[in-house]
Amino acid sequence: MIYLLLFWEFCKVGAFCVGGGYASMPLIQASVVDTYHWLSMSEFVNIFTISQMTPGPIGINAATFVGTKIAGVGGAIAATVGFVTPSFFLGIILAYVFLKYGNIGPIRGALNGLRPAVVSLICAASLSFIWLAIWNVDDIPTDWSTYSLAAVFILAGSVFCLRRKVGVITVLVGSGVAGLALGLLGLLPV
Amino acid sequence: MSEEEFVLEHPQRDAHFFWILFKSTFIISAFTVGGGYVIIPLLKAKYVDEYHWITDKDTLDMVAIAQAMPGVVACNSAIILGYRMAGILGTLTALLATVLPPLITLSIIAYCYDFFIQSTIIKMILRGMQCGATALIVNVGIDMLVKQCKRKQLLPALIIIATFIGSVVFDLNIMYLILIDGIIGLFFMRAAKYN
Repeated sequence: MIYLLLFWEFCKVGAFCVGGGYASMPLIQASVVDTYHWLSMSEFVNIFTISQMTPGPIGINAATFVGTKIAGVGGAIAATVGFVTPSFFLGIILAYVFLKYGNIGPIRGALNGLRPAVVSLICAASLSFIWLAIWNVDDIPTDWSTYSLAAVFILAGSVFCLRRKVGVITVLVGSGVAGLALGLLGLLPV
Repeated sequence: MSEEEFVLEHPQRDAHFFWILFKSTFIISAFTVGGGYVIIPLLKAKYVDEYHWITDKDTLDMVAIAQAMPGVVACNSAIILGYRMAGILGTLTALLATVLPPLITLSIIAYCYDFFIQSTIIKMILRGMQCGATALIVNVGIDMLVKQCKRKQLLPALIIIATFIGSVVFDLNIMYLILIDGIIGLFFMRAAKYN
């Protein structure tokens, strides 16, 4: 049953994503794109983009979008409820323990080990994003010569702007405009 | 803090409290673009400064837990702050109010997506935005790497390299990798220098 499967998959994402919205991306990708092929990498990156520009936490936005695309409103609810279920129980337990004993010592150690793990998982996810942005393929490019120069240009320009502290929404809107302009000139194939 | 005091921390809340809690949280969640780090100060402004439901120090402690815990930071904050203010019922109210707005917005967008994606113009815009979104995640990756490198610690560096190789080269299940790294942290990284 698709609802139960969605619930369970997002439960796992919710239980293992440590470090906020970006950290949930590699996990959602692993399940939704790589394992179940519910979405293509291109659709997944579009969801990530849209989630950045709409109100609400990225993780919940992604869960809702994926759920709706796969199984309608019921799917969206199943995915979202799945996503927050682990936090719900863990949050109540931790709040209780913290209020009672004032520290969460051993948990802190585990979290110290997870922080570097999140760094490498986000770097690994960046690679998948780069394959798609520049070579327009879902996985490691088989033919490296098929890169799009226009895409390299937009990507490099966006990174430059972000390093210069330009706002996220401004960069995304700018890259959309650049995509349209270069697309209309026939320089960026879709 | 003893058990009695702890229980006393949640006074009988009336229906009006839950309605105000739901309404204010819903509005914040509906109009805040940018996730947890933007939402938390807004929640604090409502709960602490406007309604005095919890104290400033309480909020800091609770938010520290919310950020450390797995899951979405905004939802975690709602869960923990809700619990602090009014027990399980407070958690459910705050969580529902946080989750509903994105659930509604994104369901609508998801339904429109298939319609919009037919257009070549939209495809071109989204193609450009894919490059922008890639820049976003690359930028986050760079920031995190730089921050870790500055600490000049061997164990975290080994975890970064091993996890990256495990995930990219050997295609191992991410959840197992996270579990292993968490266990390593639990045993070897409890010292304050790793915080």
